[in-house]
Amino acid sequence: MSSESGVEAKSGAEVAAGARHRATGTRMSTGRAGDRIFAGAARGSGIVVLGIVAAIGAFLVWKAIPALQDNEASFLTSEEWNPNAAPPRFGIAQLAFGTVMSSLLAMLIATPVAIGIALFISFYSPRRLASGLGYVVDLLAAVPSIVYGLWGLAFLSKHMEGISKFLNSTLGWIPLLGGDSPGKNSIFTASVVLAIMILPIISSISREVFLQVPQDHVEASLALGATRWEMIRMSVLPYGRSGMIGASMLGLGRAMGETIAVAMVLTFVPGINWHVLENGGSTFAANIANSFDEASVTGRGALIASGLVLFVITLVVNMAARAVVARRKEFV
Amino acid sequence: MTTVSTSKGRPGAALTKVSTGRRIKDRFVQVLVYLAFALALIPLMSVLWTVVVNGAKRFDLTFFQFSMNAVGGRDAGGGAYHAIIGTLQQVLITSLISVPIAVLTAIYLVEYAGDGRLGKVISFTVDVMTGIPSIVAGLFVLALWLLTFGFDFSGFAGALALTILMIPTVVRASEEMLKLVPNELREASFALGVPRWRTILFVVLPTALTGMITGIMLAVARVMGETAPLLLTIFYTKVINTNPVDGAQGSLPTFIWDQAKDPNQNSIDRAWTGALVLILIIMLLNLAARFVAGRRRPAGR
Repeated sequence: MSSESGVEAKSGAEVAAGARHRATGTRMSTGRAGDRIFAGAARGSGIVVLGIVAAIGAFLVWKAIPALQDNEASFLTSEEWNPNAAPPRFGIAQLAFGTVMSSLLAMLIATPVAIGIALFISFYSPRRLASGLGYVVDLLAAVPSIVYGLWGLAFLSKHMEGISKFLNSTLGWIPLLGGDSPGKNSIFTASVVLAIMILPIISSISREVFLQVPQDHVEASLALGATRWEMIRMSVLPYGRSGMIGASMLGLGRAMGETIAVAMVLTFVPGINWHVLENGGSTFAANIANSFDEASVTGRGALIASGLVLFVITLVVNMAARAVVARRKEFV
Repeated sequence: MTTVSTSKGRPGAALTKVSTGRRIKDRFVQVLVYLAFALALIPLMSVLWTVVVNGAKRFDLTFFQFSMNAVGGRDAGGGAYHAIIGTLQQVLITSLISVPIAVLTAIYLVEYAGDGRLGKVISFTVDVMTGIPSIVAGLFVLALWLLTFGFDFSGFAGALALTILMIPTVVRASEEMLKLVPNELREASFALGVPRWRTILFVVLPTALTGMITGIMLAVARVMGETAPLLLTIFYTKVINTNPVDGAQGSLPTFIWDQAKDPNQNSIDRAWTGALVLILIIMLLNLAARFVAGRRRPAGR
């Protein structure tokens, strides 16, 4: 067996396929004690990872059920959040609305800018500077969310008030931007912070996609006399479309799970408000961070239940994003 | 770019000219793309600038020597000693737990799994883990460690939550690096009769080591700034607690969170300085990671 494993892996087909050395079939070791232990440890770690994710789902469900059973309101459609009251009444309608609305807005704001950044670094910037510029954009991802929250609270929200008022007075006829009192701690402000936070992930994945564009396509279109923009439009964008869509969806998933920055920027006002420029709103994650301190036993259960919903939503969004990206090739 | 050399006066001369409409469109997009990049620099500069300017006010020795014990929101003074200690301990514990699991998982995926079903399932699970919101990781540890096992808030519980966030990043980074190790090294080692586990430990791992260290440092830097899971698992305290397995502990992110909620200017100043210290540590880790990565690329010698 021990001699066979080395020979087998060298067979022409495997080498041609670029496969790494592997023992024959499913057998992972040569039978020696060290091999068995090491292979077992590696496999065991993989199974631990598997177990953790399974446990996350299981424990969240388990701990959420008692609170859900005590709930007097409809969990899915109620806009109230009073799990500490007797009887407890709570529902996720408002949280779901705030989460989806703020993340979608963030994605809409961030995607064009992020793709612009990716195009700039890949095709417009001097080649020698490209990796350095990429690093600068990645720095945005290195800033912790609590710092974005502090910055959003103390700096950005002041400036957002004027922008919100301007948008409200000029574009107020759009239902979403309407309302009487545009404020600075609105869902809109939160989405701007979220947009900044998801910029680097969207742009770095888009850049990887652009790197995969066959050089032949680029050169062919240039040789036909295309301008730089025509080259991008004809050979880069069609090739990278699924990758860019997937990237922005991954950004969406990231934005949905973001907690602290949103919790610091938003002021909680009960009820669904479609006017995103007005103060108020809440998201799953921000609500958990804000109401955990005062939560009773049922309150914690209710927060865990809402966290479970967030987990499922982000899971679906991320899986869909990965499926879209993988349609072209493996980028992520 | 579009210069095609043709002699003057012939019909082919039109090739050198790009029509005005196309040229304007090209310029327009170029301006837009440049603007997009400039737009991304504005928040970055603004964040760094406000943090440095506001954080410098309390960036003094007191800040690093004292905790917030018996310091009210309105009082001047006080510091983040307890928070820095807590953060360092939690991140150390997180790394000690997650790095072995993550590296071994990466080794399994690259060296052992092949096209087997378990490998695919684990790889999918790592993808799922990458997308887990940090607050959900906190809720899980809350549900498991605190509510089910009945332990109290502690730095260790926080480290458990951070572990869930760190594992997938390290697995992916290590996987990338292990895949870069040339097959010839493995083949040469096998040909000499070296057992598989020794080949992996003493041939494959050292080759990929620098890259993996870079990945681990970047993961540490990312995990260090996480706040949400810590609020649910280590809670918050103003006093120094050097025992990570007993009771609530301080940490830099929760320190900032707590001080920023206080309306007094002295507290807000402390929050900014906390943010400055946190960013400094993270940037240092990032720079160090780049330095390590730049020194030697994993490649066959």
